Amino acid sequence: MQGYRRYIPLLIVVAIFALFLKMLGGDRNPKEIKSVLLDKPVPVFSLPALYEGKPSLTEADLKTGKPILVNFFASWCVPCRAEHDNLMRLAHDQGVPIIGIAYKDEPQRSIGFLEELGNPFVATVKDRDGRTAIDWGVTGVPETFLIDGDGILRYRHWGPIVGDSLEKRLLPQLKELQ
Amino acid sequence: MIPEIGHFALIAALMLSLLGAVVPHVGIRRGDTRLMAMAEQIAYGQFLMAMMAFAALTYAYVGSDFSVMNVAANSHTAKPLLYKISGVWGNHEGSLLLWVFVLSLFSAAVALRGKSLPLRFRSRVLAVQSALLVGFLLFILLSSNPFLRLDPAPLEGNGLNPLLQDPGLAFHPPMLYVGYVGLSVTFSFAIAALIEGEVTPLWARWVRPWTLAAWVFLTAGIALGSWWAYYELGWGGWWFWDPVENASFMPWLAAAALLHSSIVVEKRDALKSWTILLAIVAFSFSLLGTFLVRSGVLTSVHAFAVDPERGVYILAFLALIIGGSLALYAWRAPRLSPSGLFGMVSRESALVLNNILLSTFAAVVLVGTLYPLVLEAVNGTQITVGPPFFEYAATVLMSPLIVALGFGPLLAWKRGRIGKSAQILLPAAIISLVIFWSVVWSSTGGLVMTGVGLGLGAWLIISVFLEISSRTKLFKQPSRFFKRAGRVPRATWGMSLAHMGLGIIILGITISEAWTEEVLKLMRAGETTDVGGYSFTLEHVSPIAGPNYTAVRGSFLVEKNDTFIARLLPEDRVYSDPPMNTTEAGIYPLVRGDLYAVIGEYAGGNAWSVRLYFKPFISGLWLGAILMVVGGLVSLTDRRQRIGAPAGKRNKASSPTAAEA
Repeated sequence: MQGYRRYIPLLIVVAIFALFLKMLGGDRNPKEIKSVLLDKPVPVFSLPALYEGKPSLTEADLKTGKPILVNFFASWCVPCRAEHDNLMRLAHDQGVPIIGIAYKDEPQRSIGFLEELGNPFVATVKDRDGRTAIDWGVTGVPETFLIDGDGILRYRHWGPIVGDSLEKRLLPQLKELQ
Repeated sequence: MIPEIGHFALIAALMLSLLGAVVPHVGIRRGDTRLMAMAEQIAYGQFLMAMMAFAALTYAYVGSDFSVMNVAANSHTAKPLLYKISGVWGNHEGSLLLWVFVLSLFSAAVALRGKSLPLRFRSRVLAVQSALLVGFLLFILLSSNPFLRLDPAPLEGNGLNPLLQDPGLAFHPPMLYVGYVGLSVTFSFAIAALIEGEVTPLWARWVRPWTLAAWVFLTAGIALGSWWAYYELGWGGWWFWDPVENASFMPWLAAAALLHSSIVVEKRDALKSWTILLAIVAFSFSLLGTFLVRSGVLTSVHAFAVDPERGVYILAFLALIIGGSLALYAWRAPRLSPSGLFGMVSRESALVLNNILLSTFAAVVLVGTLYPLVLEAVNGTQITVGPPFFEYAATVLMSPLIVALGFGPLLAWKRGRIGKSAQILLPAAIISLVIFWSVVWSSTGGLVMTGVGLGLGAWLIISVFLEISSRTKLFKQPSRFFKRAGRVPRATWGMSLAHMGLGIIILGITISEAWTEEVLKLMRAGETTDVGGYSFTLEHVSPIAGPNYTAVRGSFLVEKNDTFIARLLPEDRVYSDPPMNTTEAGIYPLVRGDLYAVIGEYAGGNAWSVRLYFKPFISGLWLGAILMVVGGLVSLTDRRQRIGAPAGKRNKASSPTAAEA
């Protein structure tokens, strides 16, 4: 290869490595699939309350004029236990309203889970067959969604809120809305 | 104590590599043959040290020494011995150590076998190998040290991913690594040639056995991995176009292209600059293959050890090797002027076409693998590039290659005559067209691609046969066949075998894709299901206990026309350390195809969800891969490759018999 053409392989490789470097930066998790619902109204749903006698919940109840968190959890899910402390802290210290959705779980077990670890939720409903979770695009529990005052989905927290992900990821998003 | 010896051996290997990367160049600069010759001694020393380190880690694994962090994280006392050993390379740190070990092995082999190379060139090659070793050893010692201790030592280890506890996968990584690392020799030869500013036909001859050996191991490694996926993942698939599979496939394609282009350099002194570039690209693909998946850039089922710190080091290191060598190439390539000219229709042109198609395919696979990443970097959308893309590219690019492959070996060097080879190949063309039309006609146009695949496979196999028979004059003088066959160089036999293997693989893929029968259903003990003309009876499902797992095992009685064919025993295993579920398919290969059964979850009421397949001629895949490997090995034993062909014998080597290869 003569002339400028001999630089072509080098240029291609430089471009590829620039791409790799860019994708390596930040706290990108290559396994995370982004939500397609971002900046869209939350999907329509109606779920019965976990506790007998409490009112059921629909998407209209999320339009409270204030940011609100929706947390999918289950008693059988170990990472949910890990993040529970952070949820309690969010609810009690920061006063953030959190709605809990028990995902594919026996109601008695969900109640037991909350009795054991404390209940951070302002309302708790149950999604026994996981239909609502599918509509929300939940890929596994726990997953937490941040909804703004108009019922628009603003942020999805994929996986448990543990380590520095509360300070670095969830709280900045919340601050922005408040 | 032993792990510390391993640790010291690694440090000693690093020191030797630093020495080995510099001293030969100094020796060449000063014209000091003693310094140049030191490269060899250093290579032996590196090998010895790397072997000690590897042996030390293996010792720690076999003895379940959980005070070594790496062993505690990846092994378990209840594991069978085979998996204790394969656990050594079943993790990030250990597999890097295997890399270094194999790399030093190849350096030592170059030092040992390369006596016929000029001293100056040999020390250049060894110096490049040493420089590669420096990078890997630094990486191991700085960020991935397998010999770090744990205090206090845990009583039990975490165990190895159960999916990896499998005989197929125990040998898949070492095979693949020998292939990947074998390409480092080709790479070092190319860099040395660029530094020296000269590529000769002799260079091509030196480099060929190394490329061939690497290609053979890559083929075997990929086939083993694919076979593992076929029987372990439990849904009958064998290739998924997963980033890591692509990463092993790209160096294979580049190595295959290199094998062919180096023939042109050797015989005709042409394509030099391109061949050097291919040698660099092939090894770069190997590096990408091993390391891209560990850098945290791509996601894949194989991604173990994702760590941003390591990712940055890996990227910097790869950028240095690949970017550096390509910069060297850009600087030096203009010196490599072509001298051999050839006509449009000639063996050379056929090989050029082979190279264009193979490297385009490699480029397409690269684009398909990286495209999701590009898109995410540009506008944040996430997509995956699925099998349809790759399959389309494979069909479009490989079909002309297969057609040309029939002609290639029949064309003469320099200027061939297409008419003469077309005459020889006429029967192959007729038969494959008949097969194509009968498939399309009998399926009323439904199976066009199946017809194409069958036609191409048949064309390739028959044309290889016709080529052999025209070379040995099988039809003209059958009585003298064996005498003539004995005179055909082994490299040519190797070529025919490998091409035949490719044809059989094409048939295997096409037939199994088109006519696989699959049944998914709930079955109770005593029930019978018909799949592909065979009746599968679920006799019973019983619990069994393995050394480190428990399982349920289904027992399927397979009969045809009330005669016993086979008993399939698929298992659904639950491993305890780490807790994980794996399926072991029950497979019985017949000449016509594989009987394949998977037992799934208990569905209540004594019923189990089962999957039953009849996969016709899927063995063609493994058979074809075996033929390719055998072809490569036969070619390796060719006299011309064993003897380093000293410069004085060049004229003899290019005599008519040899030129036929």
